[in-house]
Amino acid sequence: MRSTHTIEISTGLFVLLGFAALFFLVTQITNRELSINGNGYQVEARFENIGSLKPGAAVSMAGVTVGRVDSITFDQDIYKAVVRMQINSAYNRIPSDSDASIMTAGLLGGQYVGITAGGSTEFLKNGDRIELVQDALVLENLINQLVATFSSRSSESEDSGKSEKAEEAK
Amino acid sequence: MKLLRELIGNLVEFIGAVGALALFFGRLLGQLPAAVARFGLVVHQVYNAGALSLVIIMICGLFVGMVLGVQGYQLLERFGSEDALGTGAALGLLRELGPVITALLFAGRAGTALASEIGLMRATDQLTAMEMMAVDPIRRVVAPRFLGGVIAMPLLAMVFISIGIFGVWLMGVEQLGVDGANFWSQMRSSVEVQDVREGFIKAAVFGVACSLIAVYEGYTAIPTAEGVGRATTRTVVISAVMTLMLDFMLTVVML
Repeated sequence: MRSTHTIEISTGLFVLLGFAALFFLVTQITNRELSINGNGYQVEARFENIGSLKPGAAVSMAGVTVGRVDSITFDQDIYKAVVRMQINSAYNRIPSDSDASIMTAGLLGGQYVGITAGGSTEFLKNGDRIELVQDALVLENLINQLVATFSSRSSESEDSGKSEKAEEAK
Repeated sequence: MKLLRELIGNLVEFIGAVGALALFFGRLLGQLPAAVARFGLVVHQVYNAGALSLVIIMICGLFVGMVLGVQGYQLLERFGSEDALGTGAALGLLRELGPVITALLFAGRAGTALASEIGLMRATDQLTAMEMMAVDPIRRVVAPRFLGGVIAMPLLAMVFISIGIFGVWLMGVEQLGVDGANFWSQMRSSVEVQDVREGFIKAAVFGVACSLIAVYEGYTAIPTAEGVGRATTRTVVISAVMTLMLDFMLTVVML
């Protein structure tokens, strides 16, 4: 009788350990955070271009994570991306005229929303919208612009060179 | 000509063995509800297959993790991205190393025990005696052992992966000086719940395959000392090959 009891206890311990390991893997290793509804408030911001921002990305102020991106949708009426963010309720004194910009962590890191505090004495509350936004810096567009600037400049200088020569010829 | 005939004979034998295994699996599945009804037997087998394999799983997991930590660090350091160590190691362990190595160890530790136990029952006519008493040995002996293995295997794999990640952390962060916060945050931001699910599904499939092969080999063992020994060997060999083949297929299907 005693031996069956020992077997049951050690089997129970083994099964519990297995499930504890599974729980550890699901909650600690992955980015799925157990979000408790009501623990925090939602604000939204509208961007022209969100780059590669994903739901679950961090919302940070001064480098400190204050919330997470909850959902990203596209509004067909204004042709903008609507980003809803869940802000931790501990941070309830963010000025209502703060601005949100999409930033990149490191050169190749993931994108996140950075909030810079404004000067208003009113604070953001649930359902508010952040009006001042700055879009994601899309590296390809930037390179395109850079190439365009350079090529137009070089063609300008070629043109001016030609005209000078033409003047000399005269 | 003789060679060809032998070859065809072998092929027919192989096809017959696959068929016999499938039929056996069908019979086993039919008896599973009855085995669940007597859950005490299953608990005993979870103990045999799982709790008794726990120590070897934990030790191997720790060392696999530590090796991953050192090797991964050496590789990533060249590119100055040793912070990605956590991500790489966690994904490697979850998707491949965890389920596969656990299955190989499981075949070696629990599979051989199952095969030799059932094989000895066959050799000492215990199974025949049960049949004489109108007790279906598949229901009484095979099904609980199979079910115990199927339940134990995914849990063992999860323990293996967790301990492995601890091993990576131990080497990478504690010994080689990767930044601990970056290690965890990079891991968290790039590992998805889907990866855990993938590892779990793989471990469950390997559990079914290894347990099935072990009980089948034991059940059909030639009832001599040599036959039981051969059944045990075949269990390990076939389990290992099946695990690696299934791993490839599951990876292709799930990625």
